[in-house]
Amino acid sequence: MPVMNMIQALNDAHKVAMRADEDVVVFGEDAGYFGGVFRVTEGLQKEFGKSRAFDAPISENGIAATAVGMAAYGLKPLIEIQFADYIYPAYDQIVSEVAKMRYRTAGEWTMPMVIRSPYGGGIYGGQTHSQSPESLFTHVAGLKVVVPSNPYDAKGLLLAAVEDPDPVIFFEPKRIYNGPFSGHHDQPVVPWSKAGNSEVPEGHYTVPLGKAKVVREGEALTVLTYGTMVHVAAAAMEEADVDAEIVDLRTLVPLDIETIEASVKKTGRCLIVHEAPRTSGFGAELSALVTERCFYHLEAPVERVTGWDTPYPHAYEWTYFPGPARIKNALKKVMAD
Amino acid sequence: MARSETRTNRPALKLHVPEPPYRPGDTPDYSHVQVPAAGEAPRPDSACDDKETIPLTTHLVRVLDDDGRAVGPWDPKLDVEVLKKIYRDMVTVRIFDDRMYRAQRQGKTSFYMKCTGEEAIATSAAAAMDAEDIHFPTYRQQGLLVSRGYPLVKMMCQIYSNAGDHMKGRQLPIMYSDKEKGFFSISGNLATQFPQAVGWAMASAIKGDSRIAMGWIGDGATAEGDFHAAMTFASVYQAPVILACVNNQWAISSFSGIAGAEQATFASRAVGYGIAGLRVDGNDVLAVYAAVRWAAERARSNNGPTFIEFFTYRAEGHSTSDDPTGYRPKEESQAWPLGDPILRLKQHLVRLGAWDEEQDKALEEELSATVRAAQKEAEKLGVLSDQGDEGKESMFEDVYADMPWHIAEQREAALKEGE
Repeated sequence: MPVMNMIQALNDAHKVAMRADEDVVVFGEDAGYFGGVFRVTEGLQKEFGKSRAFDAPISENGIAATAVGMAAYGLKPLIEIQFADYIYPAYDQIVSEVAKMRYRTAGEWTMPMVIRSPYGGGIYGGQTHSQSPESLFTHVAGLKVVVPSNPYDAKGLLLAAVEDPDPVIFFEPKRIYNGPFSGHHDQPVVPWSKAGNSEVPEGHYTVPLGKAKVVREGEALTVLTYGTMVHVAAAAMEEADVDAEIVDLRTLVPLDIETIEASVKKTGRCLIVHEAPRTSGFGAELSALVTERCFYHLEAPVERVTGWDTPYPHAYEWTYFPGPARIKNALKKVMAD
Repeated sequence: MARSETRTNRPALKLHVPEPPYRPGDTPDYSHVQVPAAGEAPRPDSACDDKETIPLTTHLVRVLDDDGRAVGPWDPKLDVEVLKKIYRDMVTVRIFDDRMYRAQRQGKTSFYMKCTGEEAIATSAAAAMDAEDIHFPTYRQQGLLVSRGYPLVKMMCQIYSNAGDHMKGRQLPIMYSDKEKGFFSISGNLATQFPQAVGWAMASAIKGDSRIAMGWIGDGATAEGDFHAAMTFASVYQAPVILACVNNQWAISSFSGIAGAEQATFASRAVGYGIAGLRVDGNDVLAVYAAVRWAAERARSNNGPTFIEFFTYRAEGHSTSDDPTGYRPKEESQAWPLGDPILRLKQHLVRLGAWDEEQDKALEEELSATVRAAQKEAEKLGVLSDQGDEGKESMFEDVYADMPWHIAEQREAALKEGE
């Protein structure tokens, strides 16, 4: 089976989707001839022609809006917003139009499309190339929100997203495009070829939306996480020698509440880990859900490990990033008797 | 913050906040508005270089002169039956608007928006396009639906959010949608539809289709970023699209100067994007038809997009929630120079010998009866004000294709409320 990094797996998913369905069109800033700044759309224009894979003007609202028109026509746009930090000009189109079209027309017009965007920090990207804005989209009825954490899931989830009848916001953890990240930025990057989940089947397969994955079974506590932080949290648990059950959510909306509930009821403790800022972050929703549904099974308050409520800094990136030290401190609290 | 103490030898800077020429209490006089004579504007070939249209972005394409004659190169030379059809549609729209305005005032629904004075634009544009072409309208193009033969009863059911509303009461009154009639769902977030129309047109070109799209916007919403996105994408990809700005002079209470009209015409926005531009008398059915037909020919022949400014006047309030006497003189609509589009076409038909007062009276009576009958039928299915909570569970449907667990749980909770 081919071994791929996340970029290769996502690129392969594009090719599989575009070969299977002539209505899939790909566009975004630098996404055409050059193949995208992260090279996820490399080779698509060569294989599928300029009318199905092309460069877009630097206009995120224009990209999202024209995708709406294309979806109304009957195409399936698979568009790239170059960085999640640039998605805000498209926010009105995504929130007011893409998300609500099925509802406002009672299904007369639907918006099957995928809006891909690299998110997250740990790459010295400063405040405009490091953000994790997922909760701005999980808060909006009508959108599905997906965050893969490895090459296998990236391809399978992207294909599922393309085939989904509803619009999907697909946030790609760019820090782990080339290899998983332990959270120790001073250590060399391990390539995906030396890590798990990098064997990616050729051709078509899907990883269903709305299904979390228990990436490590354990008894001591449940760790709810997604994206880059799956790996950072797993490394921290291993270093602390704790028998943690780690749940990779994979899809934030719709959320796999059954897997979460079963795990927390089993372990009685819950730690939530994400990169995004703390206040109104997706961890707040997770914490509330766990408290509402598993309160009588909890042996300690739910703990959140998150980015801080500051803009993402450039110089103090590793003070901002929720790394091993922050996770270990929270772990102590959640494991207290 | 205090003014800087340095550089005191320089003049104090001044902020210019545009102000309309007349406010309530003033006597409006629009004799300074330049209205070129009908027939004066040249008509280039629809395949021309976009630069040939530059003079037309500050001119005004007009066909009907003050005596009701059709003159000049833009005269579309329409069959009298086509003219009568457009006339009928315009009168229908005006009667419909009056009935629905009254229905709102009677408390039967929450909201209504008339297009009084602007009836020519949508009805004539629809007539100039093919039935398979799609429109991405604003809330003042009800004439498109009327022209395309959409049932008045269905429009009213939408206005009443009743059992006959195929959108299950999800949208504010007049936010129509009909896929079959090529009428895209109207949004209350202004300008969003403008670049969407471009995307639809791009899709049509991607698929090698022959259908084109027409996007609509008001003068006020040209200030939105989506306007710039639409113009940029239309230009970059030479999309087969007609982008129409209905300049009715008013965006709720803000006159067109607040959207930049003091400095340049809206039509001239086209020039910087390298898009063909036309400025058209929006109260002149023949000019509207000719301009849309020209732009449609251009788009259909892969000669690119056209931006059209329809110069008109919003004769009534923005909506039933608006009282224009608070910001403009009552007499302003009378003083506006371009006249009533319905009367202008009537004058033309009479001059052609194709119409007379008797026919006009009969038509008005017929259409009034049609609208009244439609209203009666629609009201049998209920009005907003006497809507109960029967069927309320439907409000949880269609958020997604399949209802996820969290919405299903909320639906259960809602249905148990008050038990």
